[in-house]
Amino acid sequence: MKNPLDSILGTIISGFVLTLVLYFVVKNFILAGV
Amino acid sequence: MDMIPAIARWVHFLAGITWIGLLYYFNFVQAPALAAAAADKEGPGGAGITKYVAPRALLWFRWSAVVTWLAGAALLGANFVPAFTLQSGLAGIGVGAWLGTIMLFNVWVLIWPNQKKILGIVSATDDEKGKARRIAFLASRTNTMLSIPMLFFMANGMTHKALIGL
Repeated sequence: MKNPLDSILGTIISGFVLTLVLYFVVKNFILAGV
Repeated sequence: MDMIPAIARWVHFLAGITWIGLLYYFNFVQAPALAAAAADKEGPGGAGITKYVAPRALLWFRWSAVVTWLAGAALLGANFVPAFTLQSGLAGIGVGAWLGTIMLFNVWVLIWPNQKKILGIVSATDDEKGKARRIAFLASRTNTMLSIPMLFFMANGMTHKALIGL
């Protein structure tokens, strides 16, 4: 599988996906005290 | 003393724009331009960029990263430890602070030492330069990726935390 960081578009998409993942982890796990 | 957070916020923004602006310049402009220059066998090549532009851009890049982090730490003040330990009410800005810290680490531990080899500031064999080029490239791309959630959590983590439910 190609590394998404090898392309600018892949890097930006990865950044947005990571934003969503971190947001839901913080909101539903860290702040929920799980 | 009341002016310290205001000055810290101002400096944090000034240095942060310099840092991330140059990061985006490297990723969206310089790296593709150097690749295009290398592929263009009849063109002037990218030697001028690597000799005159890249060292100056890297100077401002790495030191603005340090100033951004220090001003951010000053801005957090007494909230520094609670933010980094993701305490309630500071988890949003804490995630932003962690991402910024990882990015600072990447600048000084992965990007700059390898760029010194690539640009010939320190001696390296062609094989070492090839490896350094890949490490610096991926660290720079990683920082570009991390800057997206970092800016989300920085921009919203304190002043708009209720809006985003953090």
